[in-house]
Amino acid sequence: MKEPFERVVARHGPTVLRVCRVLLGPHDVDDAWSETFLAALRAYPDLPADANVEAWLVTIAHRKAVDHLRATRRRPLPVEEPPPAGGDITPGPEAGIDDAELWDAVRGLPDKQRQAVAYHYVAGLPYAEVAAILGGTTDAARRAAADGIKNLRRTYPGTITEGART
Amino acid sequence: MNDTEHLDTEHLDRLLSAPADADLLERLHDRLTGQAAAQDLLDVAYTTVDSPVGRLLLAVTPRGLARVAYAREDHDAVLDILAHRLSPRILHAPARLDRVARELDEYFAGRRRTFDLDLDLSLSHGFRQVVQRHLPEIGYGQTRSYREVAELVGNAKAVRAVGTACATNPLPVVVPCHRVLRADGSLGGYVGGAEAKSALLRLEAA
Repeated sequence: MKEPFERVVARHGPTVLRVCRVLLGPHDVDDAWSETFLAALRAYPDLPADANVEAWLVTIAHRKAVDHLRATRRRPLPVEEPPPAGGDITPGPEAGIDDAELWDAVRGLPDKQRQAVAYHYVAGLPYAEVAAILGGTTDAARRAAADGIKNLRRTYPGTITEGART
Repeated sequence: MNDTEHLDTEHLDRLLSAPADADLLERLHDRLTGQAAAQDLLDVAYTTVDSPVGRLLLAVTPRGLARVAYAREDHDAVLDILAHRLSPRILHAPARLDRVARELDEYFAGRRRTFDLDLDLSLSHGFRQVVQRHLPEIGYGQTRSYREVAELVGNAKAVRAVGTACATNPLPVVVPCHRVLRADGSLGGYVGGAEAKSALLRLEAA
């Protein structure tokens, strides 16, 4: 028996948000999250009862994020054009998770590495599931995640001040 | 110990997995219910409201109010049944139940005697649904016996079946099965419990 979709959103909404944040950056998550859950809601009645719901959602989020990145990269860079008046680009309250250097470092990763880090470390999926999403072997997924973490440790300023603790 | 440490994988993971902001998630949830409704994907919208007879779960389909459930029915279990029998496309969407909640408020405040709501009786079938369709004919503040209701629906012998129809009413309070009593005037059963039944009768007698 399938549980109400509300419980799917409650249980996995935060994870999908964190995954989208890593894939797209902290300020571009809204559309990807919404499109992921809307697509999931549409397909939900046909999802096999024994499916791994989290892996299914992350797979949908992966496709939505890939679409977003493709669209963004196709868009020509604005050349000294003032932003259109009346545009409703309002910074959300999530602007607080602002460690610009962290997200810059994440954005600088090759797509595969960023995706592997998001699905294994942030979503907690085993490498076999990550490989199923990315295509390729489990070993390749493990390597991509390891390389991603290695690159982040290199490009993200490597020390964190922990206050006066210990 | 020094006050800086090298960034290890675990710490990096923690940074990347920082908790999602609750306000943002709530905003996204609202947006999802709006988009779902606009695309005909919100098959069941529900909310819970407080009332003098305890917390009530209210659920609507695009056709109308489909379920009112008492807390003693176990709201999680009720949602599971709705997912199974109506559709698993269920979201918590209080705004879609504003009108139902308002009419119930007015009823419990003694300012409303009949409900003006579209009803979706698809959770009941056959004779039970026939009985439930007739129950609103028992006016506010009145009561009938199970036998009288059986006569009302044109099947005088179906007294026990009327009892079952009342006991399985998916829309208690709104479809007034609480107005049906035993022939000797004693309360009879009630899906919300005897206390709720007498509370509603007291309210309507005031």
